[in-house]
This record gives sequence, structure tokens and C-alpha cells, in this order.
Amino acid sequence: MSNISILFKREFSSFFATPVAYVFIGIFLVLSGVFTFFVGGFYERGQADLLPFFNFHPWLYLFLVPAIAMRSWSEERKSGTIELLMTLPISTWQAMLAKHLAAWAVLGLSLLLTFPLWLTVNYLGNPDNGIIVAAYLGSWLMAGAFLSIGMCMSALTKNQVVAFILSVVVCFVFVVSGSNIVLDAFKSWAPSMVIDVVASFSFLTHFEAMAKGVIALDDLMYFLLVTTCWLFAGLVVIEQKKAD
Amino acid sequence: MISVKNIFKSFNGFLAVNDLSFDIKPGEVVGFLGPNGAGKSTTMKMLTGFLLPTSGDIYISDLSLKQSALEIKKKIGYLPEGAPAYGDMTPLQFLNFIARIRGYKGAEKAARIEQVVNQVELQEVLDKPIDNLSKGFKRRVGLAQALIHDPEILILDEPTDGLDPNQKHQVRELIKNLSKDKIVIISTHILEEVTAVCNRVMIISKGKLLFDDTPNALNRRSKYYGAVTLHFSYRADVAELGELEGVAEMEEDLETGRVTLFPKPGADILHLVTAHAQRCKLPVDSLYVEQGRLDQVFREITQEVPNE
Repeated sequence: MSNISILFKREFSSFFATPVAYVFIGIFLVLSGVFTFFVGGFYERGQADLLPFFNFHPWLYLFLVPAIAMRSWSEERKSGTIELLMTLPISTWQAMLAKHLAAWAVLGLSLLLTFPLWLTVNYLGNPDNGIIVAAYLGSWLMAGAFLSIGMCMSALTKNQVVAFILSVVVCFVFVVSGSNIVLDAFKSWAPSMVIDVVASFSFLTHFEAMAKGVIALDDLMYFLLVTTCWLFAGLVVIEQKKAD
Repeated sequence: MISVKNIFKSFNGFLAVNDLSFDIKPGEVVGFLGPNGAGKSTTMKMLTGFLLPTSGDIYISDLSLKQSALEIKKKIGYLPEGAPAYGDMTPLQFLNFIARIRGYKGAEKAARIEQVVNQVELQEVLDKPIDNLSKGFKRRVGLAQALIHDPEILILDEPTDGLDPNQKHQVRELIKNLSKDKIVIISTHILEEVTAVCNRVMIISKGKLLFDDTPNALNRRSKYYGAVTLHFSYRADVAELGELEGVAEMEEDLETGRVTLFPKPGADILHLVTAHAQRCKLPVDSLYVEQGRLDQVFREITQEVPNE
């Protein structure tokens, strides 16, 4: 346990020792503002909720989360520090978990820093704050799932650009499998069971309910399971690839 | 105590380490020599537990590396090739991180860090990001990191690569001054380094162990070991030198004017040569006994392995 917290601290402070965290948080705040007000029509809707803010999160994470995950293992392998890390008296899974938690904490921090939006909506009307908290939680969980995909892709290659592109593609598959574009393509011929299965793999489908404040156990389990599976896959990959 | 039994390591069909077996006892300072790509680094990576051998076993302090990797990693200090470190950290932050992972806290941690910082003389750069440090300082940060927990076993992959002569001297002194019950393994390209700090030499080429003995024994394999070289202030008749008793062969370098006399096996020819030089009043202005030429022995040993 203490190993994880020591590794976590190192990873977390390295985000802030380089401009990575600041740039990430800045861009995240600007983009989420743009989406909420200009694309989501926050004012025009005339409703006291943050739905236009949360609805765009999957699309925001699609590019931003791979950007923060891409360096996690690629950089260690490229600079050779992985040799140092893996010969310290720690287990690989501890390193993996610490890396994930550190980046997840940065994502959590970015989400927390969107509080002016919450203040705004409370100033303008009387939203159900329980729904908003649930949606924040759901969004953070989904960010963790995106992150685990990014970590696994980063373990695959020494090249950060390749890691970024691979994780955007995989994340994209997970996002769109629930969108109408994909589902329509199936609807014409596939039995409804297949459509349900495809849709059930989607981040969108599971996040939709959460954005509305409904935290169902199966959505919760889905994101936790996806995160665990990808982290485990990343662990297998890094054990295989560490010496290349 | 390190015990390596018949280890093999192959990468995608390429055999990097081919049936290595050896034991290393506490107090031994082992120099790993070999051409580039000989399998030195791979062997070291396997000893540290970073890589697993394709087959074969490694035991360290009677623990199997396969089963008790974590226990063993606590006993080892390792400087990887190129001394990688987290560049965004300062040496102080970095050493703090390593010390914490190695299980030190509070005053003990501070004391350990202070000691290694003094040992490798890092004081002046403690608060500069490692990325901005010179090669020599980076190497020393790597050394400090490997020494911080006063390990029983120290494995250093090219510890003096990229250092200037003063720094090289300093690192060698550091290795010599480590307590005598440790195991130290260093790999190097610099042959003199082996005679300077090691008490055992292993030469590896194409993944095979070709030589395993003391540095002195390595010197003795040289044709030049015990040979006497003379230089004259002006040309003199040296033919008689070659006919002295105990001299097997004479070599004359026309360019430099040096004459080298090779002894017959076991013969000591120094006094015969000096006596002859005095008797014939040869104009000798320098005379010395050769200690063996390591580069030549190294070439002979590493080039005799046939390509497979």
C-alpha cells in the first residue's frame, strides 16, 4: 500500500513538474466551457441543469484523456527509467495502479475546477444538486475507463504519438458503438440481441443515465470492469514488452 | 552469494546469453568485459530480476530469483546502462523517492541521502532538474540511487562511461572503498579499469563465458607479460640481446627504435638484459618490464569464438 502511495506521489508531482497538467486542465476548462455554452446551448435551453455540460464529456475525453495517458509507459520505456522502476522492490501492478490513480487524480482535479459552472447554474435557478454530484461521479468514472485504455496503449509502444493515436481509435470504438450511426448500420439486418450487445459496450449508453443523475449498479460495474480489464491487459503487455 | 546455473536468454530467436554458469562470493569485485552486444547488459539485467532467463536458474543469497524477486531486489543496487533517471525531478527529489521506496523514513532517510550525496559529491546540483545536468552528474545521480540502501550486491552497467578522467578516478575510488563483504559487478569497455578496481574478470562474447580469473591471470596471457623493452639514445648493435639465454624472441620496432625481448616461459630475463647492457656499454636510455597488453589479450580471446 505504501509503495503505491509513494509511486502515486511521484507520478502526480511529475504532471505538475512539467507543463502537462497545467495545459491539460486549461484546455479542459476552456473546451468544456465552449461546449456547454456555445454548442450545448446552456442559456437557450432555459433549464437549471448541467446536462449540456456533461453530454459532451465522452467527446472531450476521447482526445484529452489519451493525451494525458500516452506518456505513462512510453516515456519510461523510451528513457530507460523502466529498468530502474522495475528493479526497485515494487510489483509491476503497483506501478500500473499508481500511474493510473495519479492521472485519474489530475482528471478529477480538472473536473473539480469546473465548479464555476455549478455556481452559475445554482445562481440562475434551483437545480437538483444530487443529480449534478451523481453526474460528476459518473463522468469521473468514465474518465477512468478512458484512461485505462490509454495506459494499455502506452504500454504497447515506445512512441507517444503512436500511443496517442491507438488510444484515440480504441476509445472512439468504445464511444461510438452506442451512437445511432453505428446502431443504425446494425438495425437493418441484425437481431435486436446483437444490437443490445453492441450498444451495451458503449461508454455513451452507460454514461447517458449517469449524466441524468441515475447511478445504476450495472453502469457502475461496467466502468469499473472496463477499467480493470484494460489495466490488466496493460500489465500483461508491459511485462512482455519491458525489455524491447 | 550469487549463483548462476546454465542460463540462456533469447530474444526472438537471437541467442543473447548462451549457457552461462558462475558463482560470485562476497568480497569479489567482478569486471564484466566483452565487445558490444556480447550479452553483458542482458546478463546484468537478468541478475537484477529485470529480465527472466529463457531457461536456467539464478540464486541470490540462496533465494531463487523466480520465486523471491521482491526480496532479492531489496538486496541489490543497480545502475542501468546510461544511468536513466526521471529528468523532471531534481536529484534531491529523485533520491527522496528512491529512499522512500527502499523503505527509509524521516531522519534515517535524510541521513542516507546525505551520505550518498557526499559519497558521489552531488551537493552543488541538488536542486537542478536532472534533465539539465551534465553527463557526469547524471551518472553520479545514478550511482547515488544505487548506493542509497547500502546494498549487499551492487551491479553497475558501465559506471564510468562518459566521465572525465578525474570523475573516473573518483568512481573507481568509490568502488574500492565499498566495504569488503559486498559483491560488486561492473561492466566496462575500459580494460585498465578492470585491473584498477576488480579482483576477478569475466570475459563474455556472443553470450558465452570465455575467461574467468583474476586480472593478473589475464595479464599473464599476454605475450608481452614479463617482456623487457629497451630504448637506445642512438643506434646500437642489438643482435646479441636476442641470443641471451632465456630470451625466446626479439622484436625491433624500426619506427620508434624500441627493442622488446620476450622471455621463454617461466624465465626471468631482466637481470640478464641489464648485465649485458652494462657489459657492452649499450646506450640504454629507458628500460622497463611489460605488464602485459590487455587490449591484445582481449582481442585474442573475443575473436577466437567462431560465428555460429
